[in-house]
Amino acid sequence: MKLIVVDHEGNRHELEALEGWRAMEVIRDWGLDIKAECGGALSCATCHVYVDETWIEMLDAPSPEEEDMLDTVPDAEANSRLSCQILMSEDLDGLKVTLAPSCRNDEEAARA
Amino acid sequence: MSGNRISTDVVVIGAGPVGLFAVFELGLLDLKCHLIDILDRPGGQCTELYPEKPIYDVPGFPIISGQELTDNLMKQIAPFGAEFHFNRMVTELRKEADGTFVIRTEADDEFHAPVVVVAAGGGSFQPKRPPIEGIEAYEGTSVFYSVRRMEDFRDRDIVIVGGGDSALDWTVNLQPLAKSLTLVHRRDEFRAAPATVNEMRELVEAGKMNLVIGQIAGLDGDDGRLSAVRLKTKDGETRVKADRLMPFFGLTMKLGPVADWGLDLNDNLIAVDTAKFESSIPGIFAIGDINSYPGKLKLILSGFHEAALMAQAAKKIVDPDEKVIFQYTTSSTKLQRKLGVIS
Repeated sequence: MKLIVVDHEGNRHELEALEGWRAMEVIRDWGLDIKAECGGALSCATCHVYVDETWIEMLDAPSPEEEDMLDTVPDAEANSRLSCQILMSEDLDGLKVTLAPSCRNDEEAARA
Repeated sequence: MSGNRISTDVVVIGAGPVGLFAVFELGLLDLKCHLIDILDRPGGQCTELYPEKPIYDVPGFPIISGQELTDNLMKQIAPFGAEFHFNRMVTELRKEADGTFVIRTEADDEFHAPVVVVAAGGGSFQPKRPPIEGIEAYEGTSVFYSVRRMEDFRDRDIVIVGGGDSALDWTVNLQPLAKSLTLVHRRDEFRAAPATVNEMRELVEAGKMNLVIGQIAGLDGDDGRLSAVRLKTKDGETRVKADRLMPFFGLTMKLGPVADWGLDLNDNLIAVDTAKFESSIPGIFAIGDINSYPGKLKLILSGFHEAALMAQAAKKIVDPDEKVIFQYTTSSTKLQRKLGVIS
């Protein structure tokens, strides 16, 4: 199954995803720039993505804990989600997300 | 302002689980440690990011929380009397002509030691900076991520952004001083302590401050002086007069000054060997998540192993003439004496 990801430069990537993986893990595994510093513990909000409007209805609504963490991203939109909370499944084959600016690795890292 | 002047055997940068366990391994070899951390308490990521979340892969503990692990480590290293320096960021690390290292902090402390252990995990925790164009130009003059002196906010037009405890606490604390105060949050729900949220709502009711549901769209001003904050709300864009902006979006890890110490880096991690976990500069070791070597796994248990091997190599630097006999804590009365379990 595929996960479509638009990166920080606007490039589109078609990533092969596995059932049961978190979207964050797929994006990280393919080496795209996603910080995901807590590793999926729902404690950092550095795997923030925008879900394509056509797909937003397909996802379970965010939990109150996820909403709380989304409060800590400065660039949240109505279609904001934490990609560690999206579990890949056949239903989501072709899911399209865009990496949010706040999920980038830090500037120092980008510079080096 | 003058900070501490300290000479010791080993300076450990980072007081997360791996830095703490390094104190244990170094302590068994009679090496005295000072630890420096940017946070206000020990535990690093374990206590800052997931204090209550269970960890399942610490050997011997089928399940343990980040806070429990930290508390246990603090108990385990208590006999060695390491000294902690919290709320400090190391800004400078350089080698003196005599081979010892000088470590300086933002608070102007100066440490001298023959061995430095970098156990800084993912770097230092720093406030999340909103990705607003040009915000850097206002930082330190109009944009602040913490309150050093409340007086700096007296008679100011203040905008605070966020929905957590920092945002709400400073809202109710600064409101009496401010000329005007606007709290901006993306939704009308707050995760801060309910009592503080109620206090804020009462201030809004009384017309003493404004609450805007929305987000920052941009900043207006000149020369580092903010004049207004543009806000994006459901009903379009509005402009709020402001000369102080405080974004409170929590903390994130940044590599920070580590990149400037002349160490060989590998993808922003410190390259080390796998016998001593020493960096490209002899005497500077790197253990835990911040190091890189072939096959590295970012696990707490890897850091513990690295700490033990590092300690042996560190001992040879601090006491080059002393012969070290490898001993077990179960059988060595000498080690047990150091641990305080026998007298």
